[in-house]
Amino acid sequence: MDQIKAKLMKPSKETKQETVGKIISYTCIVAIMLLVLLVLYFIISFGMSTFTKNNVNLWSFLSGTNWSPGQVDAHGNPEVGALPMIVTSFAVTILSALVATPFAIAVSLFMTIIAPKHGKGFLQAIIELLVGIPSVVYGYIGLTLVVPFIRHLYGGTGFGILSGTIVLFVMVLPTITSLTVDSLKAVPRYYLEASLALGATRWQTIYKVILRAATPGILTAIIFGMARAFGEALAVQMVIGNATLMPKSLLTPAATLTSQLTTGIGNTVMGSLPNNALWSLALILLLMSLVFNIAVKFVGSKGDLNK
Amino acid sequence: MNPKIANKIADAVIYILVAIVVIILALLIGFILITGIPHISWHFLTSVSQSFSAGGGIRDQLFNSIYLLILTLIISFPIALGSGIYLAEYAPKNWFTSLIQTAIEVLSSLPSIIVGLFCYLLFVIEFQLGFSILSGAIALTFFNLPLLTRSIQESLESVPDLQRQAGASLGLSRWKTITGIIFPIAIPGIITGIILSAGRVFGEAAALIYTAGESAPAISYSNFNPFNPASFLNPMRPAETLAVHIWKVNTEGVTPDASQISSGSSAVLIIVILIFNLGAHYLGKHLYDKMTASK
Repeated sequence: MDQIKAKLMKPSKETKQETVGKIISYTCIVAIMLLVLLVLYFIISFGMSTFTKNNVNLWSFLSGTNWSPGQVDAHGNPEVGALPMIVTSFAVTILSALVATPFAIAVSLFMTIIAPKHGKGFLQAIIELLVGIPSVVYGYIGLTLVVPFIRHLYGGTGFGILSGTIVLFVMVLPTITSLTVDSLKAVPRYYLEASLALGATRWQTIYKVILRAATPGILTAIIFGMARAFGEALAVQMVIGNATLMPKSLLTPAATLTSQLTTGIGNTVMGSLPNNALWSLALILLLMSLVFNIAVKFVGSKGDLNK
Repeated sequence: MNPKIANKIADAVIYILVAIVVIILALLIGFILITGIPHISWHFLTSVSQSFSAGGGIRDQLFNSIYLLILTLIISFPIALGSGIYLAEYAPKNWFTSLIQTAIEVLSSLPSIIVGLFCYLLFVIEFQLGFSILSGAIALTFFNLPLLTRSIQESLESVPDLQRQAGASLGLSRWKTITGIIFPIAIPGIITGIILSAGRVFGEAAALIYTAGESAPAISYSNFNPFNPASFLNPMRPAETLAVHIWKVNTEGVTPDASQISSGSSAVLIIVILIFNLGAHYLGKHLYDKMTASK
């Protein structure tokens, strides 16, 4: 009797297995959480050291237009004005998203509504391949095709925001397209049928029903595309020209946050002001990536069709 | 405007835009393959790269890419599997789970240069691993984890609940049900996910410049001692991968035949990624047919 009692009071074999399993999976998930927190902590603490240790004014960092961290200006303040990089980063991101969006919407309409047969096979495969092409390959093609072309067309060096925009346009196009296709597919089929049954033409249906219903999804796709463009480093670095000057036109060499980081980190000494200033650029990048995340959440929660 | 005319115009505009995109894509892929494939030869794939003279190959870079990929998968797969199981099977619907989801989304949207710099700071400098394959593999793990976790979670979730109920009704623990029933069914999906993420890792460069480094010291392929600095298996040696090599010869290198090397290497990269994509598709389908008796 006591034996049975003891057996009943002890946790069973299954319970023990369950505990082991839970411990394993909890450990993994906590590890991922820790990794994310570590990244945020390190980038933020190093990025802030320009302002806390080197006493650079935050506003003059964000609005200054001279970037030569090794030198000081007339007032003895270090010349760390990040505005040229911030402006260039936003310029290439917004321009490439603006150019890519109409193309992406057209391709995804073509793939889902106009010619779904073609869409499923050939275009789908190509888009998947393009999403997977490494960014250095895009950069190399930009360097050998786009830059000489721009140079030939408009003179100058060919490096600059325009070349960066063209390369990023091709890079974000597949990203935006594949996400837009998903959101168009999520529009219930009876929306389309109801509209056609009312006698609307295909374009009226697309414009007044499908696109309206898919707007949040398309916005999410555009934001993802912009996030990719903003964070892209090497492809942009290869075609933008890497001159930390305030961009005067689309054709003069410029530098983005990412390109400046790529070229700069290896040439500065850890802990010095030029190095810290670069970490502050990384901090801006990180914050923008968080902003894009929040924007996706916000748009997504606004546009849930089932609500 | 007459709706019918508007419809025609809209159709025409869409067709033109699609045609432009198709032309761009065809040009792009055609350019890479047409300029690259003539440079791919046995000599190109099996000889050492040259810094100052023409005729260098990509042997070490190619091997480094593959070795780095394998190490990355060894580190990231167990963590991603555990997290995927947690999210698909155990996670309750509460604030903590949504916090985890957000953290994974943040990780997946971090620019790769940020991940690279973080790993440079923490592993290369603080932990003194130096520019090494190990640092590179850790950096790529950051990059790979969210993708892999997501795909494992999705393939586990796509297993019908009937299987879980069957396990429960047999008196199995949930963990036993997962490892014995759910996981085997999800294997085809998981393998597809691994191969697709491998394609991403293979082409990544920005996260590697400051972690695995930009130099490819001479290595010996007959030295199988992983602790010997000259061995090809040593994870502590600096290693330039194929993608980093393309970047380097185009921006910093003085190699006279940089454009030949780049186009050849780009073609190799694209072909490998194409193989990964097609392989993921067919292997996943084949395994699914084989393991679920659906044929």
